[in-house]
Amino acid sequence: MTYRLGVDVGGTFTDLLLFNQENGEFWRHKTPSTPHDSSEGILNGVTAVCEKGGIAPSDVEFFLHGTTVATNAVLEGKGARVGLITTDGYRQVMQIARSFVPGGLAGWIVWPKPEPLAALEDTFEIAGRMNARGEETAPIDEAQIRSVLETLKASGVEALTVALINAYLNGAHEVRVAELAAEIMPDVPISLSHLVLPEMQEYERTLTTVANAAVRPVVGKYVRNLRSRLRGAGMAGSLSLLRSDGGLMSSEKSEEHPVSLLMSGPAGGVTGAIWVGRNAGIRNILTLDVGGTSTDVALIEDLEARRQRTTEVGHLSVRASALDVKTVGAGGGSIAYVPELTKALRVGPQSAGAVPGPVAYGKGGTAPTVTDANVVLGYLPENLLGGTFKLDREGARTAVQTIADALGIGLMEAARGIIDIVNENMFGALRMISVQQGYDPRDFAVMGFGGAGPLHVNAVARLMGSWPAVSPVSPGVLCALGDATTRMRTETARSFSQRVADTGEDQVLTLLEEMARQTRAELVAEGIADADITSQFELDVRYEGQAFEVPLSIDPETLKADGLAGVTARFDAEHLRLFTFNMDSAHELVNLRAVAMGPALELPSPPLEKGDGNPIRAKIRDHELWTGSAMQAAVIYDRAKLLAGDVIPGPAVVTEMDSTTLIEADCIGTVDHAGNILINLA
Amino acid sequence: MTARIIQANQAPFQTVHVDPVTLDIIENALRNARIEMDATLVRTAMSPGIREQGDAFPLIADHKGKMIVGQFGSYIGPFLDGFDGTVEDGDLIFLSDPYSVGGAISHCNDWLVLLPVFKDGRLIAYTSMFGHQSDIGGMVPGSMPIHATEIFQEGVRIPPVKIWKKGEYNEDLIKLVMHQSRTPDWCKADLNALIASCRVAAHRVVEMVERFGDDVFVSATDMLLERNHRAMKHLIESSIGEDKVSFEDYICDDGMGCGPYKIKCTMWRENGRVVLDFAGTDPQSKASINMLLNENMMRMFFGIYMIMIFDPQILFNDGYYDLIDVRIPEGSLLKPKFPAALSGRTHVLGRLFDILGGLLGQKTPEFLNAAGFSSSPHLFYAGHDKAGKWFQLFQIGFGGIPGRPLGDGPDGHSLFPGFTNVPNEFLERYFPLEIVRYETVADSGGAGLHRGGNGINMVYRFLESGVIAIHDDRWFVPPWGVNGGLPGKRAKKILTKADGTRIVVGNKLEDYPVEAGDELQFITWGGGGWGDPLDREPALLAKELKQGLVTAEGAKDYGVVLVNGSVDDAATQALRSEMRAVRGAVPVFNFGPDIEELRRNCLAETGLPAPTAPQWATLSNGALAEAAA
Repeated sequence: MTYRLGVDVGGTFTDLLLFNQENGEFWRHKTPSTPHDSSEGILNGVTAVCEKGGIAPSDVEFFLHGTTVATNAVLEGKGARVGLITTDGYRQVMQIARSFVPGGLAGWIVWPKPEPLAALEDTFEIAGRMNARGEETAPIDEAQIRSVLETLKASGVEALTVALINAYLNGAHEVRVAELAAEIMPDVPISLSHLVLPEMQEYERTLTTVANAAVRPVVGKYVRNLRSRLRGAGMAGSLSLLRSDGGLMSSEKSEEHPVSLLMSGPAGGVTGAIWVGRNAGIRNILTLDVGGTSTDVALIEDLEARRQRTTEVGHLSVRASALDVKTVGAGGGSIAYVPELTKALRVGPQSAGAVPGPVAYGKGGTAPTVTDANVVLGYLPENLLGGTFKLDREGARTAVQTIADALGIGLMEAARGIIDIVNENMFGALRMISVQQGYDPRDFAVMGFGGAGPLHVNAVARLMGSWPAVSPVSPGVLCALGDATTRMRTETARSFSQRVADTGEDQVLTLLEEMARQTRAELVAEGIADADITSQFELDVRYEGQAFEVPLSIDPETLKADGLAGVTARFDAEHLRLFTFNMDSAHELVNLRAVAMGPALELPSPPLEKGDGNPIRAKIRDHELWTGSAMQAAVIYDRAKLLAGDVIPGPAVVTEMDSTTLIEADCIGTVDHAGNILINLA
Repeated sequence: MTARIIQANQAPFQTVHVDPVTLDIIENALRNARIEMDATLVRTAMSPGIREQGDAFPLIADHKGKMIVGQFGSYIGPFLDGFDGTVEDGDLIFLSDPYSVGGAISHCNDWLVLLPVFKDGRLIAYTSMFGHQSDIGGMVPGSMPIHATEIFQEGVRIPPVKIWKKGEYNEDLIKLVMHQSRTPDWCKADLNALIASCRVAAHRVVEMVERFGDDVFVSATDMLLERNHRAMKHLIESSIGEDKVSFEDYICDDGMGCGPYKIKCTMWRENGRVVLDFAGTDPQSKASINMLLNENMMRMFFGIYMIMIFDPQILFNDGYYDLIDVRIPEGSLLKPKFPAALSGRTHVLGRLFDILGGLLGQKTPEFLNAAGFSSSPHLFYAGHDKAGKWFQLFQIGFGGIPGRPLGDGPDGHSLFPGFTNVPNEFLERYFPLEIVRYETVADSGGAGLHRGGNGINMVYRFLESGVIAIHDDRWFVPPWGVNGGLPGKRAKKILTKADGTRIVVGNKLEDYPVEAGDELQFITWGGGGWGDPLDREPALLAKELKQGLVTAEGAKDYGVVLVNGSVDDAATQALRSEMRAVRGAVPVFNFGPDIEELRRNCLAETGLPAPTAPQWATLSNGALAEAAA
């Protein structure tokens, strides 16, 4: 038997999912996170989930892990102190950034400018210059570099970054600085911009390299600690981390390149949704991952999630591949309020967070939240987490009443209004990744997960016209499921910036093949047989002069067969779909990437026992909930007792350990062969 | 003459009840549609001005032309008033002539497209966007000739015409227009991008109307305007007094040796409305620094400043326009007579924001910001490279953000919304130049408890001979400080020839030849300081010295003595007491030296001769005399 263990560490809970690779059987477990040392919570969970599965930790061959450790280091400013070496004249590259001030006209009046990720006092200039063709126009001065490095060493920086102008074309100067640094400050990890991100745009390249350097020590420490704890518990299998782009990488690689982990957390849910979709026979999916403070949405087309070249973390936009996940500040803890002057109803982005949390949680929260509105309306009726957690219904009503009074409407109308607005915010985010990208939402299903996703998925599907609304099996631990079921992935990128018309096909192919060899070698080094590795090329194309490149994925055979003409034809079609027009301008080949992927896993989901279609056996009790105009009779079901083929008429509520699914009036939920609830209009 | 709206379906919209939740949902959806307009534009535009810098402005308006979401307020009303034609289903209107639309767009470089949105034969909304074109022909590359004396010299002027007329595309019109430009490829792409953005938003509006119903949508937009009206009325009553307050500031020069030009505005509340009266503003210039200021645009600027300063929670739209009375003297710098040149209006535009800040904060210094909206400095560099290929760069620069109640002004950031700098590696890759330095200028931000942001020193090394042009201001009259803060440092431009000769060139410079190897230092202004610099934490100065943001000499403006990088506490205390005693009470505004003193010291301080006071004698007419008074 081969076991895979997926582990997702969230702010409140650590989710684990143990997966039998042969028959798809799985066990899940949720345990409180231990923020002071996550490995503690993980170990607790590992022990518990292995017990459930009746195996020993040593039976786990693959330990697969999604983590927000890198994200939090950036967001909370807990990254390492980074020294930065720049080209003469560019010391303030991080201080000036892109000169952009958010907030529209006069937005500068209220904008708190964030501090650069590498402090200006830790940033030094060196002589030496490459031009825009990668030719040296001024030499470096080794004595000066040595003196800068000595100063940095004395200052106590914990990581070093070298980001020189035009280094994306020629990294020789950066390499020499690194050699000298290895000599002078051998214990300090070094990140070079032409290796981390060999692409044009000095601010983005510098920022990405600095971000990488800043999180390296934190991630390295985390990974080494986790590895030794797991080994201590008898686990001998491999340890891999989930990248922002939904692929896995070895824990060793992630120590070097942690900037690829910044969206590791949200990526887990999306890869989990792909696994669920594959088994449920749903290939086009919009994901709706609703957490306490925010909601993440992504688009999956034909079981492939859309990727993008930037990762947004807080105010930073780092150049690293990531799934195209949009985040809105709308979640269960989002606070509803009515501003004095406009008397409008606003929900979020302020959140009650985990502490004090929604009023209904009884932990001292007083501001009305989305969760409170769900409680008032009867959508969130039962004890959470199997009975240990009681909801303060009266408190929720009192809090939502303040909104009703401010708006001069009834309690139920106010509560429903809060839900409608938060659903609308999710709808807006989903539109950005679907309609705005030229997709018709009616070709997609919506899958809701995370603690509160299944509560909102029915309403959001209705807004989008995307059916069915899916409440997947184990919605609360879908991230861990995704960690457990995805494949290894690595990529490398180069700036190219040439007109297609002036480019020889051979030149492009030679370069791509060299890049493919490099990425395949990386996976071979991870222990994957070369025959099991799939290579894919990506070419970023635009009309010469545009700012926006369209990434086109292409396999090596097709590229050889159709040539660059095939690539530009596909670009034109994609541009037309995205923007409704084409141009007769020249095509420019902007970036080249080679991707190598480990073997795709055929991981079936275990079949759920078939029932007779009647869910009565799972009924917990009768209930009442607000349907938009009146209270209506409804039924509460226990998800654990539902069987395949059960048909649940709305309005109904289905509860389980860590999540609640709402089936609205005039909708019907059907339990599929794997236990997913598919909700459609009646 | 006013536009005729042709609708197949004449049925009027019914006013219906819209619940507050639906109302918020519609507002949100409209805001999302507007964000989508920006995204579409940036992705498909090609000129660096739009694609990298974001010099473009979208809006979505109701069926009467009032802006529901957008940035600079609606120009549709004045357009409809002045348009002698029809607005029909399938039309797409195109224009660039400021005089055709009462200044709703302010120079011919801004191309505007307007898409009336019809549903079932009824006009239900408008979507519109304008964006700055890199070149529209005329006297100079970039089409913003400083020395122009008539708008006819500033390139192609497009009166309101239809690119699409009842669904039929007018290809000849586009050919004719593009034929006037030195950069037709950019213009074509950018125009396409503007149109695509409007179409995307129009789709969204129609989807929204289908979802909620025609009457609900129209009633909701009315209510959104009404809601904003109510909020602003309250804000005006609580924040604007009935006593008149005045503020004046200057444009340094007109690029033809005359200056400074005064802009004056007086504000008071009267019968629940705010009056903004520009009487006392100088008459129009013979050169191109005039700005044909549209009253609605001024209303929007005022509203946004009110909201940002006093209550950033409010979402703005056109709903409050009737609460603001804008009075601009005919023939003044702000309402020049046709055919006055307008292309260099960016300086006045920037200065209006400083004036608004000064006006609104006067009675409430705790809300007051310092000055720093110099302008939107431009650099043009054009010529033929060795291969004989034409290159043309138009770049917008940035200076220091003023000191604010919130804190220090950021160094080298944009005051204009949505603008970003162009990556220097991009410039080096696509233009024959190197950016030798790109840094902020130590001490250029005005000293203050919250200091002004530093200006930028960007050093260009030109690799091909060609011509350059520069548009900048705040080189003569410094950006003022407030509540004890000192003025920011002024802008400066220095050209160093290959042989080492240094030439201080003007901040409004036209068709100036450069040779390969020449280096231009393009130095922008620093923001004014906020609050008493003698109260700034001395340790901060030591830190900023290390960061290269201030010098030891500059720290003395804060009364801080830095010795070998550390604060000398005793010396600092002594210097601060001495400075306090000498200066006396701290004024609300610190404008620096008066104009006469600035003139006297101009050559010594700036390296340039002082501008001479503008003469209005040649312009003899009653309105002008009044404006000058």
